[in-house]
Formats: sequence, structure tokens, C-alpha cells
Amino acid sequence: MTVRPAIELADATVRLGGQVIWEHVELTIEAGEFVGILGPNGAGKSTLLRVLLGLQPLAGGRATVLGDAAGRANRRIGYLPQRRTFDRVTRVRGVDLVRLGLDGARWGLPLPVPARFAGAARRAAAQRVEEVIGLVGAERYARRPIGELSGGEQQRLLIAQALVRRPDILILDEPLDSLDLANQSAVAALVQRICRSQGVAVLLVAHDVNPLVGYLDRVVYLAAGRAVTGPVEEVITSTTLSDLYGVPIEVLRTSDGRLVVVGQPEGTFAHGPHHALT
Amino acid sequence: MTPTLSPNVFSDVDQLLSYQFMVNALEAGTIVAVMAGLIGWFMVLRRQSFAGHTLSVMAFPGAAGASLAGLPLAAGYYLACGVAALAMAAGGRSGRQSQSSETATIGVVQATGLALGFLFLSLDKDVLGGLENLLFGTFLGVTPGQVLTLLVVACLVIAVLAVAGRPLLFASIDPGVARAHGVPVRWLSTGFMVVLGLAIAATAQITGALLVFALLVAPAASAQVITTRPAASLALTVALGLLTTWLGLGLAYFSPYPVGFFITTVAFAIYALARLLQLARTRAREKV
Repeated sequence: MTVRPAIELADATVRLGGQVIWEHVELTIEAGEFVGILGPNGAGKSTLLRVLLGLQPLAGGRATVLGDAAGRANRRIGYLPQRRTFDRVTRVRGVDLVRLGLDGARWGLPLPVPARFAGAARRAAAQRVEEVIGLVGAERYARRPIGELSGGEQQRLLIAQALVRRPDILILDEPLDSLDLANQSAVAALVQRICRSQGVAVLLVAHDVNPLVGYLDRVVYLAAGRAVTGPVEEVITSTTLSDLYGVPIEVLRTSDGRLVVVGQPEGTFAHGPHHALT
Repeated sequence: MTPTLSPNVFSDVDQLLSYQFMVNALEAGTIVAVMAGLIGWFMVLRRQSFAGHTLSVMAFPGAAGASLAGLPLAAGYYLACGVAALAMAAGGRSGRQSQSSETATIGVVQATGLALGFLFLSLDKDVLGGLENLLFGTFLGVTPGQVLTLLVVACLVIAVLAVAGRPLLFASIDPGVARAHGVPVRWLSTGFMVVLGLAIAATAQITGALLVFALLVAPAASAQVITTRPAASLALTVALGLLTTWLGLGLAYFSPYPVGFFITTVAFAIYALARLLQLARTRAREKV
């Protein structure tokens, strides 16, 4: 069997309202790879995800996802949209939310049937739900109302929901946003573990590379209408980023090992509160 | 014979059921409790209680307009609720961000509807059989024909919910991902509003414009507070709705006070109990 790349962009260009968002982007992501998508706000990170889901047509070039035109294989993509939190009044359990990820699009009303009368398909579905909940380590709180859970707990259940259909590609839009630092690296570690054990290609959009350093295989850095791809230590450097932006950029390493990017054209602290940025 | 409450519950029920008007009221109340409970459950989950309330008060301009125009009252209810449902569906809900503009649209629809109702009323004062009937219903004056119509509408509403239940649940709590999974979120949203309008129009003719809302929102809200399992919560909603209407009708029979008061009071008492239970549970968990 020849292994085809999970995602392939060839000379891809996107225009929105006549304006070029990024152009001539080349990108190949293999199955089982964990890739971070970085860059300043407005660089077109979410647009890239929309292209891969077939929601945003290319102005030039080609986007191939799982060997087919983008948008054709969405059933095999687990997608976690940006900034999704449930407030306290949402009276739905995590386990039900995960289950909806499996069969929520099917017509009909699921009637509760005791396990011993349930058909094989339904038993398998229930088992799959338990499996992914175990995979993200959410057994303890999966049966509580999702609105009462912490941001990190909600995020784990949402990742379980995205995984429940055994996708070949997992697309996570800023899943670390609104999590505290400890939870950020815990979720990054979890995603890496899933990526390895399930052989799924993961694309994760983030605005800060630091919680992901050590977990990512590669980064795609989008800025100034272009993209650079490579390992973190090769891309997040003064030379590469200065070249990309076309102005001098400095990448500093703090004493605790965090990377700080200084001198981005739109201002250093444009897309992060007070800690290191990339 | 004046109704007298005895300690023997069976003889009380027997006494109550010896009147055809009470039998009709109980039949209608049972159908309403089931239908309003089920659709109300989705309404509460989708946080569209304000839209539901607006559809409920549309009974007022609908009935007033129909009687002014010489149309059957029922036609007025369906027309007004249908138009309001479509107007609200067109005006909102494309995402969480649009929630405030959605609320504004609903508010405008409600204000317009009420203003029209008062206009119709001032044009012809004695057409309605009283504003009171319109608001608080004629539960005890239900005809067998009305019961049959109600049953047909209820079957239709429940059939739609049975077919669309799961994707509707998905679209209600997680619209972004539901859309990515191919659920027609927008269509479901419009369809739900129309079916809600249909259910309310059918119910409001019997229960009045205000009571229908109590039966839509209270049992569902109580059930969702008590349990988070979707199936159990739906079943509990229907059970609480039945308890509310039966108890309300029974109490009203043995007292000189209106049915609407008792039904609403029972519904409120159940909701208050549910919230107290929730509070006690949270306290207990925090102690552990």
C-alpha cells in the first residue's frame, strides 16, 4: 500500500474580498504527524482550516485532503471549532455530547434501550463513546453537566467528540485558548499521545508556541501572506522570521526556556496577554 | 350538585368524571401536556423561551383579527403564530454572537403583535367573548371537536420531533460542529420555530395565551434541572406536565377559582421544588 499524505497543499492561494490572505503555500502533512499552525492574528490560520474543510475555495493551486479534493472527505475529519465553551445552564452531560459527535446527524430519536436488548450497532456505539472518553481521561466527569466543568475538562470532552468517529485527520482551532498554563501543556501532551497512538494527523492552531514545544513535529508559520514550514527550532528563529516578515525580528529565549518573539510589525503584544508570544 | 371534596380520592375522581365538560377538559389537558412538554423541552434547551412566549401572546392579535375579519378564530391563531414564527426565524440565529440581535427581533415581533391586537380590539370591542377568555382560556368549555383537532396537531408535532429529534438536539447544543457534520442547522431552526408556532396556536385556543406558556416552559425547565439525561429528562417533562394539568383541573373543579390559576401554581411549585433540590444537591457535593 502506498501511503498518501493526509493533507497536501500545492501552490495554494487564498483571496478574501480581493485581498490576498496567503499565496503559493506548499504543505504536506503525513498520517500520524502533529503540526502546529502559528502566526499573528489575521495571518489566515483559521482560513487554512476552512480551506482544508472545503469551506473556503482556493483562488489558485490545489488542496488535497486524504487523496480527494478538500471538502469531500469531511466525514473522516474530526473538527473542533474555536472558542467553544458551554455555560452553566447547559444541562447536557459530556457523554451525550460525545455521543452526538458519533450519530448526531442521523435522523430519528434515540430511545433508551437497556443494554441487553440493544442491537450490536448500538452496543458498539456506546462502547466507542466510552473508549474515547477513556482515551482523553475524562471518565471521572463525563457524566456531569458539561456547563459545570472547567475549561480544561470541557476541552478534553470536545476532543473526545472530535475523535469518536475515528477520523484520519484531527483539526483543532485554538484548543489551548482560555486554558491555564498547566492545562495547556496537559492538553498538548494528550493531543500528541492521541496523534501517536491513533495514527491520526493533527493540525492545531495556536497563538503561543510555548506550551507546544516538545510535542509538535513541525510548525507552519503564517505571516505576511506566506508560510514557512519546519521543526520549531528551525522556524521560530530570528533569521527565519525576519526573512518571512521582511523586517528584523528577534526571537529571545527566556531563562525558563520560553520563546519570545519581538518586533513583529503589528506590535509585540498584539496577540497574547502578557506572556511569551509567537 | 355542588362539588364537594371528600377524603375518598376515588369517589372524588368519580364525581369529577361524571361531567362531560370535565372529561373533555381532561382529554384536552392530557394532549396539551404531552405535546407542550415535548416541544417545550427543546425550546428550553435552545433557550428560546422568549420566542415561545412571543408565539403564545400572538394568540391575542390572531384571535382579535380573525373575529374582526369574520374568519374562524382557529384560522386567526394559526395565521398569527405562523407569521410570527417565520418572522422570528428569518430574524436570527446564525450563531451565538447573534443572540442579542435575535432577542431584539423577537421583542419587536412581540410588541408589534400586541399593538395589532389592541388595535383590532378597539375597532370592535365585543367580538372576542372577553379579553379574559383569550388570555386565560376556556379550558372547561372545550368541545369534543376541539379535542379531536388538538389530537391531530399533537400527533403531527410529535411525529416531527420523533424524526428530527437527534439532529435537532445536536444543532441546539452544538451548532458549529453539527453544521460540520452535515446537519442542516438553519433549516432545523426555522422548522422548529414553525412547529412550535403550530403547537402553541393549537394549545392557546383552549388554554389561553398565558397558560400555554406555563405548560411549555415549566415542566421542561423543572425536568432539565432534575436530570441531565436526555431521555429521562424528556419522560420526566411529560410526567410533570400531566401531573400539573390533572392536579390543576382537579383542584379547580372543587373550588370556585379559575383553572389557569391552579395549573400555573402547580407548575410553579414543581419548578421551585426542583430548584431547591438542585441547591441541596450542589451543597451536598460541595461538602464532600
